[in-house]
Amino acid sequence: MNLAVRPESLVEADRLMTICNACRYCEGLCAVFPAMEMRRTFADADLNYLANLCHQCGACYTDCQYAPPHEFKVNVPGVLAKVRNESYAQYAWPHFLSGAFERNGLVITLLTSVGVAAFIFGFVAVKDPAVLFGRHAGDFYKVMPHNAMVALFGTVFLYSILACVLSLRTFWRDINGGKSGGGFAAFWQAVGDSAHLRYLHGGGGGCTSEDDKPSPSRRIYHHFTFYGFMLCFASTSVATVYHYVFGWKAPYAYYDLPVVLGSLGGIGLLIGPAGLYLLSRQRDPVLTDTAHRDMNTAFLAMLFLTSLTGFALMLLRDTGAMGMLLAIHLGVVLGLFLSMPYGKFVHGLYRFLALVKYAADVRTGKFVD
Amino acid sequence: MNFNEPFDVVVAGGGNAALCAAITAARAGCSVIVLEGAPEFYRGGNTRHTRNLRCSHDGTAPTMSGPYEQAEFLDDLYRVTAGQTDKLLAELTIAKSRELLGWMDEQGVRFQPPLGGTLSLGKTNAFFLGGGRGMLNMLYRRAEKLGITVLYEAPVTALQIEDGYFVSATINYQGRPQQVRGKALVAACGGFEANIEWLREYWGDAADNFVIRGTPYNRGDVLRMLHAANVMPVGDPTQCHAVALDARSPKFDGGIATRLDSIVFGIVVNRDAQRFYDEGEDTWPKRYAIWGRLIAQQPDQIAYTIVDSKSFHSFMPSIFPAISAPTLGELAGKLTLDPAALQKTIADFNAAVRPGTFDYTILDDCRTEGLTPPKTHWAQTIDKPPYYAYPLRPGITFTYLGVRVNAESRMLLNDGKPSGNMFAAGEIMAGNVLGKGYLAGIGMTIGAVFGRLAGQGASTHARN
Repeated sequence: MNLAVRPESLVEADRLMTICNACRYCEGLCAVFPAMEMRRTFADADLNYLANLCHQCGACYTDCQYAPPHEFKVNVPGVLAKVRNESYAQYAWPHFLSGAFERNGLVITLLTSVGVAAFIFGFVAVKDPAVLFGRHAGDFYKVMPHNAMVALFGTVFLYSILACVLSLRTFWRDINGGKSGGGFAAFWQAVGDSAHLRYLHGGGGGCTSEDDKPSPSRRIYHHFTFYGFMLCFASTSVATVYHYVFGWKAPYAYYDLPVVLGSLGGIGLLIGPAGLYLLSRQRDPVLTDTAHRDMNTAFLAMLFLTSLTGFALMLLRDTGAMGMLLAIHLGVVLGLFLSMPYGKFVHGLYRFLALVKYAADVRTGKFVD
Repeated sequence: MNFNEPFDVVVAGGGNAALCAAITAARAGCSVIVLEGAPEFYRGGNTRHTRNLRCSHDGTAPTMSGPYEQAEFLDDLYRVTAGQTDKLLAELTIAKSRELLGWMDEQGVRFQPPLGGTLSLGKTNAFFLGGGRGMLNMLYRRAEKLGITVLYEAPVTALQIEDGYFVSATINYQGRPQQVRGKALVAACGGFEANIEWLREYWGDAADNFVIRGTPYNRGDVLRMLHAANVMPVGDPTQCHAVALDARSPKFDGGIATRLDSIVFGIVVNRDAQRFYDEGEDTWPKRYAIWGRLIAQQPDQIAYTIVDSKSFHSFMPSIFPAISAPTLGELAGKLTLDPAALQKTIADFNAAVRPGTFDYTILDDCRTEGLTPPKTHWAQTIDKPPYYAYPLRPGITFTYLGVRVNAESRMLLNDGKPSGNMFAAGEIMAGNVLGKGYLAGIGMTIGAVFGRLAGQGASTHARN
């Protein structure tokens, strides 16, 4: 990054934090303001940290005596959203892929389309055209061998983890000034804060979502999404144990654990992203980073499609549509995995680390001059 | 909007006191209209810049340490007003303040424990979650649910009052005058702190250099109408609560963020680079509100607070950057002060500083000797560059002039008789209780207590 020219969003965030730090009326709403009060000046890394600590609940905007049309034009959720989204690109590994955040909708659509096409072509090329439309009694491995599936997705998954870890490491070092930070207690505090979405409560009032009155709807839909995602992850993990430890091969019965967990998670991933998307359409755009709106939409769409295609596959697995549905589902999942380090998915990871830092700083009572 | 039907209760104003009155009257079954002169964003007058309310309590409130007994509250009030208070109304305010936390909670107002920098008020003051605007939002939401009619940009331009009896209010609404008739009036529309022409009557040209901390809508028009209609005045018209603000503040509505807390850590000089008052007379919270008047009395109503690097991080950060320079001469240049005069003032000050143990949390023993005016505490030499300065202006928070009320919050006429149907609440009558001085959060206490009384009185009158 060129240090000589500070990005506009950071200049604006610095201006706002300077005003907020002289006012401090919002300090009971969330973690951002107490974290801000530990500082007197705001370097880029401080602002990236504060931006990722912000859950964009909007409470500080409706409560602010200096919000527009006041001449101070204080809009903390909107400006920190912009800083946050730009921070993902700044810390992305490898750096030459950071542009993915700028045209996120396009990138993810392309990745997914290519993924789907590749699976269709692959099934046809490696096996034969008939396999794509044949009936396999729900046996996916007739279409794509288990080992091939594991090899492909395992590789992509490992790459995504690596890319996320390296991006996060840069972020963590930057916000901690190169020093190590955290600790076990802070980690657990952050786990709890994330699990409850503590800072999406607006200090007790809730989020500003569908109108200017606080409501819990955004938090609830986020819970559907997050826990839906985790249940799906649990489903895959259980299935992996079934396969490798017990030698129980898919397909599993409808009442079996991987299917039950996956179905519950899938329902969460239909309700949650759909709800969040509808709320994002109703939300006052002033509270959001409209330039990166497609990043939000793309991620929600990918989660929704993963679930939708997964359900379609499960329900029609005994029919001739299975081959094509499997190609589509795997293509979507591949797109999701590949885009994870370069899309909205990372927001949870960055925010988690910001929460760890906050918990640690509160513990040590650290004030920065 | 139908202006043909009379309302039970007409409330002029849209802040804490107005909403407390409107909600109380509506809960008693009355039809209520709230006439707010400001646009929706600026609704609430000074309430939008407040942050807490002072209340007596038994110590069981989850967000407060305590208890804060009535006797202690009364002592605090007597101390700051030096006895300039109506004893009966003061005791009533304090007794009724015990109901406020519960009542506010019923209306949906949320509180938070005090955090950084305000811990010292944790026993006496309940802090609104999200500050005054957050609190107002909850009260307006409640008003909406109760079916109260709220008009914005609806300033009262005339009152029809017959023999101390309210008949109707004329408002300017959507470009034309409208008559709002009602069985009772609650005047809860503040003082005249934003009315520069009115301030000029007492302060002359100096008023042009005042910064107004609240919105430009606090013009005191209704206050003036009431006085003209034979309502008894209360409070010194020449007095106002005024603090030292950064001179670069906006003319109106800068609120809390433009104040400066640096004064006790250094010295303050005027346009001629001369000191003019003991910067270390008492702890900052106790002397916070005298500096506005002190600066208002200086030539051109300008002053400069100057500290060196030792103290630069000791006070709350401010929104405008400090003006800094490596030498006092250069600093004087940037402040357009006479460099020689500033250097001499600081040299004299430094020479007068006696050794001591600096501790800004107590009245320490760091003081000057043989200097006029002295600095009696926290006097430290100003000699560690770079040097920092902030320009200061008087910032007017509120005025003391108001209307006299009785224990029902009913206005008293000049002959001492209570009005049949006119009530007042909030800053417009705060002078009954707070004749001078200030106690953090007391404005909100008076507003809420008398707002509820006024709402009760007005609804009782309207329904009989």
